Amino acid sequence: MSAKSSTNDDRMLQTLGHLPIGWLVIAPLAAAGFFAFYFGRTKVGALATGTTMESRLNSQPNYHGYFLAFCTILPAALVFVGYVVFAEDHARGQLLAELPTYLTDRGPDQVALFLDRVANQAQMRVPAPTGNTLFDASVERYSAIKGNLRLLAILLALIAGSIGFVIGRRRLTRHFRARLYVERTITAFLFLCAAIAIMTTIGIVLSLILETVRFFRLPDGPTVSEFLFGTEWNAQTGRNFGAVPLFFGTIMIALLAMCVAVPIGLFSAIYLSEYASPGFRSWVKPVLELLAGIPTVVYGFFAATLIAPIVRSGAQWVNGLPFTPPDMLAAQPTSALAAGLVMGIMIIPFISSLSDDVINAVPQPLRDGALAMGATPSEAIKQVVLPAALPGIIAAILLAVSRAIGETMIVVMAAGGRALITVDPTSDITTVTYQIVALLTGDTAFDSAKTISAFALGFVLFGVTLVFNVIALHVVRRYREAYD
Amino acid sequence: MTKPSPVPALEDRTQLRRRHQAERRFKFYGQLAITIAIGFLAILLVSIGNRAASAFSRHVIVMTLDRTDFAGREDISVTDLNLAVRDQLLEIFPEAADDRTAQNDLFGLTTRLAVLPLRDYLRENPDRANLPMRTRLAVSDDLDLYLKMQIQRHRQLDIGRAGRLSQSGANALRLTDSGPDGFAAFQDRLAADEFLSRDILIATNGAWFQLIEISGAALILQHLAGPLPDLGELDRAPIRATILGDTDANRIASNRQIAMAMLMKEQDLIQRQFNRSLFANADSTYPELAGAAAAIIGSLFTMLVTALFAIPVGILAAVYLEEFAKHSLLTSAIEVNINNLAAVPSIIFGLLGAAVFLNTFDLPRSAPLVGGLVLGLLVLPTIIIASRAALRSVPRSVRDAALGLGASPSQAVFHHVLPLAAPGILTGAIIAMARALGETAPLLLIGMVAFISEVPTSPDEEATVLPVLIFKWFSGAERAWEPMTSAVIIILLTVLVAMNLLAVLLRRRFERR
Repeated sequence: MSAKSSTNDDRMLQTLGHLPIGWLVIAPLAAAGFFAFYFGRTKVGALATGTTMESRLNSQPNYHGYFLAFCTILPAALVFVGYVVFAEDHARGQLLAELPTYLTDRGPDQVALFLDRVANQAQMRVPAPTGNTLFDASVERYSAIKGNLRLLAILLALIAGSIGFVIGRRRLTRHFRARLYVERTITAFLFLCAAIAIMTTIGIVLSLILETVRFFRLPDGPTVSEFLFGTEWNAQTGRNFGAVPLFFGTIMIALLAMCVAVPIGLFSAIYLSEYASPGFRSWVKPVLELLAGIPTVVYGFFAATLIAPIVRSGAQWVNGLPFTPPDMLAAQPTSALAAGLVMGIMIIPFISSLSDDVINAVPQPLRDGALAMGATPSEAIKQVVLPAALPGIIAAILLAVSRAIGETMIVVMAAGGRALITVDPTSDITTVTYQIVALLTGDTAFDSAKTISAFALGFVLFGVTLVFNVIALHVVRRYREAYD
Repeated sequence: MTKPSPVPALEDRTQLRRRHQAERRFKFYGQLAITIAIGFLAILLVSIGNRAASAFSRHVIVMTLDRTDFAGREDISVTDLNLAVRDQLLEIFPEAADDRTAQNDLFGLTTRLAVLPLRDYLRENPDRANLPMRTRLAVSDDLDLYLKMQIQRHRQLDIGRAGRLSQSGANALRLTDSGPDGFAAFQDRLAADEFLSRDILIATNGAWFQLIEISGAALILQHLAGPLPDLGELDRAPIRATILGDTDANRIASNRQIAMAMLMKEQDLIQRQFNRSLFANADSTYPELAGAAAAIIGSLFTMLVTALFAIPVGILAAVYLEEFAKHSLLTSAIEVNINNLAAVPSIIFGLLGAAVFLNTFDLPRSAPLVGGLVLGLLVLPTIIIASRAALRSVPRSVRDAALGLGASPSQAVFHHVLPLAAPGILTGAIIAMARALGETAPLLLIGMVAFISEVPTSPDEEATVLPVLIFKWFSGAERAWEPMTSAVIIILLTVLVAMNLLAVLLRRRFERR
């Protein structure tokens, strides 16, 4: 009898271990919160009996309700957060301790893989037996451990919530300054939301640094100087990690893009802010900004299917000219030029709208002065307005460069993947972002030098763009202060 | 003591003219720049729209399946249905039964898996397997593409009336003209228009032939499709020549398949209809069966997660920074940090997602849940910046009045300031969501490129999104993927334009108030 009930218990624990935890937590928490809110509100509302100063409540009954709800929910929620953070590791640790030694002897990598598979299997609603006795038993055991932990967490949350409720309820008196505490809690919560931005940055920096350090410590990984100054890149086979061709390709495509974007963007901005009528301006500006709203994958498709063939036939035409050697240009089906051209188009609105802002910020008296001295409008622009706006324009260009360096989809679709160092723009060429995508797509076992090298590349990319951004944003801010 | 300025000398006038020329040139550069930018936008939209147009319709074979052994069965397989389809096709072209290549061509009109939707339908509704079953099967992608694109390059000529049909060698037939002048005019016409290098099909008496050569007064033909008329006099049946746009060797659809398709089109057995599978089907390895449904639902789930995470957090963070934060090192660090985060390349967020969400937290790969969180982090700075601008534009007096009447700071913000800033915040949020919807690179790194053949039903299942689908179909080898990819781009751009229009309208209303 007792044996049977124990298997029943096991089954129940396992079922509990399978269940998705989300609703298990949110629904009771919400219910408890509502209950506490109404309880607190009615309890204190009943105290508000008279109109004299003495009998008035310090805070509205609603605030007492909120206070009690917070007192109940927060401790319980903390328990669940603790569960989410620690349960997985604990369950794995416990299972690991029970595994037979012949499995654990195979080394930590194999064991981790086994545990991953167990955890995945256990996540299924109805785990289908695989026939492997050890594996199936581990899945059952894992589910049971998880179920146990969940039971523990639910019990602890119940206790914590009740204690919070009881303590909170005791404080609800007529003179209790519930509003103050509620305000503080809300402010703290708002701060937490703002802090997510900082935590994101910390997350990015930490994950990039940790993986990069691991990359350079790998036995088959390169040294830092090999990585930064080596000219052979062959990461797919995991041998050569000299990233110079990647940096070269990135810079080359960004330069090509700037050759398109800077003149077109700058002249558009000048025309729109100095010459165009307000009607024309209000019509053209949104159209230009439309260019920035088109997804980059669409630009990539455009570059690869329309521009790249044009570039190629153009290169073949040049090769066929009588005074050029027949193989002067590589004329590849995907090329740096195609990617650079289209990237330039994409970046036009960044330069034009930022430059537009800074040109508009130049005080009108400067222009008026120049015009009064007899300068033509273009002379006023070239000799007075642009020099005054120069720092802002440079900042705009820096931001655009950082955008070009980090752009991914256009180069993935239109620039090719060969790690070459060549000045021929019709050759296919690879970039940092292309390699990150190529190395990490379809493979996330973070154990080979190949996959981890993507993080080292990401680290370089992040660092360089960050420097550009910081300088640009700093200049923009200084510039605003100077004219405001 | 200033002298009156002298009348400009001749040199000065030429200098002035040069300066005015420079002025005009400068202005022209500006106009040119704007024209180039807008021109590129127009070229992009027109070229993609042009290519997409053909993918919104497709050709189907209309047939009535008639197999008595299907009735009441619940385990009808793809193979069963294919046998029925083949029987039906052979009924249309009985002459293909004994010829191996003709049979291959015939069965190649549609792919094996074209019956999949019918199979699924019958599995769900076994009681509907009553006979005969009328169904529509997708024409194979290459033939479909040919029927859409190359058919515009066809030239059809009436070249006379049939005389006598006779055997000429092992596989060839000889057809004479009933008139006295033979096919000389036709031959001259071919030579004049340089059509001799193209493949030419000849149709007469309900049968289709391929023209091998013109020998004087007779055509040497090879039978392709349709009932072969009896040898002998053909009673002056009209002869019609179809000059194809290219030759057999340059395309995958064979001449015989084209002849069959033309014949079936004449009999209304092949019809062009709206391409429902583009919106109804999930991904497939066959372009004619592939659709964007799974990606559309995947995008919806992803956007849902992004919106649920990024919009509340972004607004609350903006409220904190704008209304509550005291100037301290920490808050100014957060400010600088948010501005920088907005300019971090999107692929870095993908690395973050791969390292933190997948590797550290063991969240499921390829799931909208993870994709939505990554995109949420990506657009969070945008939402915070837009919300702060909206909050800042609410007049100080509103806060002062609320505080003066005894509201607490959070009451003042949540009851008075936030509702007034709501349209501006909403505009920023919509634009941020539009950006998230078009983002591709970070999702590639968290594995959302998996092949998804079933429409996902919850955010923690494997899924893909529209931009990633564009990338995947773009990489497909068959030519039919290109119009399909363009069509998905048009769908995506339509949604994005709608979102941006909504944002613009909101902003307009807001400004008017």
